Amino acid sequence: MKAGREAAAQIGASSIKLRFDRGVKSLTQGRLGRLLVIALPYSWLLLFLLLPILIVLKISLGETALASPPYAPMLQWAEDRTLSIQVHFGNYAFLWQDPLYVSAYLNSLKVAAVSTVLCLLIGYPMAYGIARAPAGWRIVLLMLVILPFWTSFLIRVYAWIGLLQGNGLVNHLLLSMGLIDQPLALLHTNFAVYLGIVYSYLPFMVLPLYATLVRMDLTLLEAAADLGCHPWKAFVTVTLPLSMPGIIAGSLLVFIPAVGEFVIPDLLGGPDSLMIGKVLWTEFFSNRDWPVAAAVAVAMLLLILVPLLLFQRIGERETTRDQG
Amino acid sequence: MPQTRPDPGVLDAWQDPDARPFLEIRKVTKIFGDRTYAVDDVSLEVFQGEFFSLLGASGCGKSTLLRMLAGLERSTQGQILIEGQDITRMPPYERPVNMMFQSYALFPHMTVEQNVAFGLKQERLSAQAIRTRVGEMLELVHMSEHARRRPEQLSGGQRQRVALARSLAKQPKLLLLDEPLAALDRKLRERTQFELVNIQERVGTTFIMVTHDQEEAMTMSSRLAVMDAGRIMQIGTPSEIYEYPGNRFVAEFIGAVNLFEGRIVGSDGDRVIIQTDAAAGDIVLYHAHPLAIGTPVAVALRPEKLRILDGPPGDDRNWVRGKVREIGYLGDVSVYHVGTEQGMTIQVQVTNRARRTAGPLTWDDTVHLGWDSEAGVVLPA
Repeated sequence: MKAGREAAAQIGASSIKLRFDRGVKSLTQGRLGRLLVIALPYSWLLLFLLLPILIVLKISLGETALASPPYAPMLQWAEDRTLSIQVHFGNYAFLWQDPLYVSAYLNSLKVAAVSTVLCLLIGYPMAYGIARAPAGWRIVLLMLVILPFWTSFLIRVYAWIGLLQGNGLVNHLLLSMGLIDQPLALLHTNFAVYLGIVYSYLPFMVLPLYATLVRMDLTLLEAAADLGCHPWKAFVTVTLPLSMPGIIAGSLLVFIPAVGEFVIPDLLGGPDSLMIGKVLWTEFFSNRDWPVAAAVAVAMLLLILVPLLLFQRIGERETTRDQG
Repeated sequence: MPQTRPDPGVLDAWQDPDARPFLEIRKVTKIFGDRTYAVDDVSLEVFQGEFFSLLGASGCGKSTLLRMLAGLERSTQGQILIEGQDITRMPPYERPVNMMFQSYALFPHMTVEQNVAFGLKQERLSAQAIRTRVGEMLELVHMSEHARRRPEQLSGGQRQRVALARSLAKQPKLLLLDEPLAALDRKLRERTQFELVNIQERVGTTFIMVTHDQEEAMTMSSRLAVMDAGRIMQIGTPSEIYEYPGNRFVAEFIGAVNLFEGRIVGSDGDRVIIQTDAAAGDIVLYHAHPLAIGTPVAVALRPEKLRILDGPPGDDRNWVRGKVREIGYLGDVSVYHVGTEQGMTIQVQVTNRARRTAGPLTWDDTVHLGWDSEAGVVLPA
């Protein structure tokens, strides 16, 4: 009898263990586990990216009101108990009609594009030099590129004010060397904005370029030389095309944040360096016109996102055509 | 492009004392860093139309020598001449030499066609001429239907063909091949060996191949140089290298060999008599040059040159007795490891003529082994 009960208990215990094992297994290998792994990042994106964008979109379709928050609600119960939805496209029309916004957008695109090209021109030789340096040196040189990140971005931009202002270090140096007679107006110019953006975003260009260049098979250059190709031409026909993924990644990493850049033009720029980030800030905080500010933001998002998606589409189509 | 078979005479050019070498390597030394001699005082002559191999273990300097021919490494000392022209300091992109890389080094961002055309485009040829030439080359390596593919879409064997076509497209005077077959599997490698030799005969270009595979070097080359520690140990045709190794290193490196150490005690006509502790009696072998009595020597005997005797020979020369320790059945032949009374292990190879018997011997059989006086080579000890 006793033995039978023990055996039964054992069977019970083992069946619990079996079920537990099965549970763990389904969590790690089964559909549930897979679902969990996929759901986590997706819910993160949903909660902290898509939802805020939808809220901004909603605000952009509203009307300004003296209220808190300062816009009219989209959904309203009318007196006859009907639910009315008010969608207001006026803000977008306003953006298009007022030349201030259009020129701010265009100026932002121009500043971002020029800065990206400058970053590429400065960053490519840097990345190339690091990637071709002796292996022991590479990590040190990379650290030097990353080192500025250890100081706050804001402090570094403020430091440029100290360097560029009328009685700043740069003017002081030029004066004492006798190259100029009176201080140059460096601060609050477009030059200062470009300088600030290129300085701040250069690492974002160097790092992806380095990553592609260091992976490159150097025998390819030997093969090119062996086939009669001069080193300069080999750079153009072999190295440059093979580093294209790094060029694209680096350019996007510089261009996209540079379009919406606010701090640098605000601190270093003058009255004529109007960028969309600054307009956005003014609409939001000075004018307290949330709907227009939201419309500015949405328009900026579309301005960057649409060409980007098209670009990616074309790229994908090309790769699938190659494989076909 | 000459499509005719080269005159058989050119293949023996190295025997003609008046022939002018196509490639001359004069006392070339390459030192890496402070005192690592990668290539140490190498001199070599290669003739027009030859298929020459540099054979050696990894790190023997054969690849460095090849890279110096391509111009990818600078020699520390010495001269390299092609058709009498000194190219020692010429940059790689000006040399009339092309190389097929071990990794193939195909440009991944270009199609097969573009890869083959790359070298031609550097020469300012017309688009039409380039297209024709690329077509010819792809035809030669049977890759015409894959012209639009990219390297990553090709198999290893196909990549090898494209690499060969690319390196031949410019009609180089000299083609360098760095382990061209190392990345292929065994079956494909054997087939490609013959194909490569075929192509070489058709285009008539001088080939210099680097390989660590002695079988490959023996099958493919007209001549080969065996290298060790940056030096050339011996240069010769495959049969010369195999049958008449010049020193112990070459004898041991190429094929299997049994070495008996001894010293010269006399001569008998054009044969030398060697006294040794490793064999039962004296060893008597043909040797072209007389050797002084007392000279220490090593005798090299290939396993297939030994015979199984019924008993000790009458003259008590050229024989040894032992017990069978190991039997290796290889299908066409069987290899026996025989432990001799003198404490050596000797390899004997016996052809399996009849099917059922895997040889007349079995483990622990006592066996008498003998050899002819032409079978062995006398080497400096």
